[in-house]
Parts: sequence; structure tokens; C-alpha cells
Amino acid sequence: MIAADVILCVLTLAAAVAAVVVRGLLSAIILVGVVSLFASYLFLRMGAPDVAMTEAAIGSALSTVIFLVALRRTRRKS
Amino acid sequence: MIGRVVTVAVLVGLAVVSWQIVAGGTPAELGDVSRHYVERGVIENRASTLVTSVVVNYRGLDTLGEVAVLFLSVSGVAFVLRRFHGEPSAPPTPSSEIVRTGARLLVGPMLLFGIYIFVHGHLTPGGGFQGGAVIASAVLLLLLAERDRPLPHAFLSWLESTSGAGFVIVGLVGLAVVGSFLANRGVAGLGEWNRLFSAGVIPIVYTLTGLKVGSELATLLDIMMRGERKEGGR
Repeated sequence: MIAADVILCVLTLAAAVAAVVVRGLLSAIILVGVVSLFASYLFLRMGAPDVAMTEAAIGSALSTVIFLVALRRTRRKS
Repeated sequence: MIGRVVTVAVLVGLAVVSWQIVAGGTPAELGDVSRHYVERGVIENRASTLVTSVVVNYRGLDTLGEVAVLFLSVSGVAFVLRRFHGEPSAPPTPSSEIVRTGARLLVGPMLLFGIYIFVHGHLTPGGGFQGGAVIASAVLLLLLAERDRPLPHAFLSWLESTSGAGFVIVGLVGLAVVGSFLANRGVAGLGEWNRLFSAGVIPIVYTLTGLKVGSELATLLDIMMRGERKEGGR
């Protein structure tokens, strides 16, 4: 299980760096959601199910959608 | 060029500071307050999780502050996006059959799971904020599937303000009876450990928090999506 944790840590970091580097805003938003999803699993593994639930529900679901809505609205305007 | 140098300098400074924090390690001894929380938290409040005991009882005032912060941010969004309300809305593009059928299947269980999370906040991990966020996700699915269905705003607003007032009233009852805001012991019966009706006022406060957070986030999502809908109709 430690190996799985290490792999997930590396994937989380990779997704975070990719979210900064990637060109398209849509891809960046999805990558930020992916970071939250991986992070919530890591929180669960570290024995913090409360934090994991919050991260999964708010980080990867609600804030991703809010970012998507904001992206769509700003794009229409310009 | 200068900007890049400044950025690198700031990052190096942050790295040095964080390294010193990490290298110090965790202290071997708990402070007095922390030791009291860890040793007595579960016994004093008869909550099955220590996190709940700290969040709702010992740090209940902070939780009230967090709920107030959330309320203020939703009010801010509603204020900024208010100008979209009066415009005529074009009929939105209907969602696909898959989304509509999936939503019909999932919204009920998701709402029920959110309610379960905050009602069992003193027994299992999770609580008002987590349950409210799950409820808001269910409402989001509903909004995505049936885009022209209006949310019952009068009811949501009533629910939000009533549960917020209820939180403060529970705190004031503690102040009146025992002499400290949001007191638990001596206000309500603590009951038997690990039962649904136990832990004094903790389940009441968590239920009120869950309802408040859920209705606030649902309203926030509806304001944002509706603004987008009217924008899309142009």
C-alpha cells in the first residue's frame, strides 16, 4: 500500500504541475479537479476521512463546476 | 527579468522557511489544552469521534464563524450576479437522455446520503459541512439534468435563515443555562455512548449546520447556472 501511496503522490504532483503548464484553460480546470481527487484519497490514507470527504465534495466536484461555469461565461463575453 | 528573479527569490525564501518548520519535527509533548481535548474529548461529550467533539463543542464558535463566512460569500455572489435576474431567459438546450435518467436515479440517494452524513456526524466521520456539500452536489446534478426547473427559493431562504438562527439559539441556551456559549454538558441529556440520540447538542448543531450549508451552496450554484443560462440565450 505504501507503493500505491508513493505513486499517487507522484501523480498528484504531476497533475498539479501540468495544471500550471498546460495551455488550454479547460484542461487546467480538469487537472485541478484531478489533483483534488488524488489528494482526497491521500487524506483518507492518512487517517483523515473528514478532510477527505470535504476535499472530494468541494474540491473536485463543486469548485470544478464553478470554474467551468466561470470559464464559459467569460469566454462568451470576449 | 526582474519579475523572474523576484519569483525565484520568493520561492527560495519559502523553501528555507518550510524546511526549518519540517526539520523541527513534531513536538513530543502536547500542550495543556490539546492534552485535555485528546484525553477528555470523547468522554466529556459522548461523541464517537474526537474531531466532532472539537469542531462542534470546544471550537463551536469557530464553526459559527465559518458558517457566517460562507453566508457572506454567497451573499456577495448573489449581489454581483444580481443584474442577470431581470433579463428574459431563452429556453435552454435540453440535457441528454443519459444525464436525465442518471440524475433521476441518483438525486434521491445522494440527498439521503448527505442527510445521513450530518445526522450521524457525532458517530461517524463527517458532519454539517460535508453533508451540506453532498446535498449541494445532488442539487447540482438536478440543475444539470433539468435546466428549466426552478428551485424553491423562498423555502431555501427560509431554511437557511431558520437553521442559522437555530445555531445561535442553541449557543445562547448554553450561555443561559450553564454559562458558556454552545455548552454541551448540562444543557441536553448526553445519552448512551454511540447511539443516534446521544452527545447532547452536537447532533442538533450538526443538523442545523448541514441544512444551512446545503441550502446556501444550492442557492449559490443556482445563481451561477441561471446567470449562465440567460447569457447563453443571447
